[in-house]
Amino acid sequence: MAHAHAQTARPPLLRRWFPHPLLSLTLTLIWLLLINSFSAGGLLVGLVLGIAIPRLTSSFWPDRPKIRHYGKALRYILLVIGDIVTANLQVARIIIFRPVASLHTRWVVVPLSLTNPEAITVLAGTITMTPGTVSCDLSADGRALLVHCLDAPDAEATVREIKERYEARLQEIFP
Amino acid sequence: MEFINELLVAALIVVGASFALVGSWGLVKLPDLMSRLHAPTKATTLGVGGALIASMVYFLALNGTLSIHELLISLFLFLTAPLTAHFMSKAWLHSQQPKDLPHPEKRDWSTFDTGSERH
Repeated sequence: MAHAHAQTARPPLLRRWFPHPLLSLTLTLIWLLLINSFSAGGLLVGLVLGIAIPRLTSSFWPDRPKIRHYGKALRYILLVIGDIVTANLQVARIIIFRPVASLHTRWVVVPLSLTNPEAITVLAGTITMTPGTVSCDLSADGRALLVHCLDAPDAEATVREIKERYEARLQEIFP
Repeated sequence: MEFINELLVAALIVVGASFALVGSWGLVKLPDLMSRLHAPTKATTLGVGGALIASMVYFLALNGTLSIHELLISLFLFLTAPLTAHFMSKAWLHSQQPKDLPHPEKRDWSTFDTGSERH
């Protein structure tokens, strides 16, 4: 917890200029990627954006999401990218080979153990990008997700897979 | 060597284009809006991905310049595809009010929620 201490001990001026250090870094990097070449001028504009945008939007982020394990977050991203490729092949196969009448199209309700809004957003996005499922709505109390399945013969197996494969991992990443 | 690079770029473009074609075919084939949402959110990701990787390989191997802003396009795609699908399905739920929809235990789906608990 030494890291948290260092943050609270920081002078308020620095805190005011960098309310979200990781966002500043990401924005600068994205700007450099956008202009697609590295130059001092580009870096300068990137830094200005990286400082200005988090300052202007910091009131929209009252509770910044804290990530507990960056290694696990990176592994989660790689897992999802792999699943996106699988999802593409699977949906393409369904579209080409399966007659529409043989599809088990249905709604499933996924009860959530996650409470962190950012974690739920990531889970909903993951569900949409991965095989055969699109997340459609969140219950008003944030305790359940409505998911539409293109082809799910077994609704319970689909729910179990979402909870074990993605939600359990997200729970370790977001405290 | 140049021939192999061109072959690789061409193959990536063809693979990407086939996925885009399958995604569009899905829009025609699948029967209702909710099933159709599956086609553009998934089958086209590899379609765009194939074209983007082809572009990166082309600039690296044939032009000798490193081009990485294609990665940003895929990043934006991963961010926007689930959001648009989510909005479209919410709008569909709101306008169609389907009868076969399962409901959660306490509060209803936020699209229909009236602020009171279900019984």
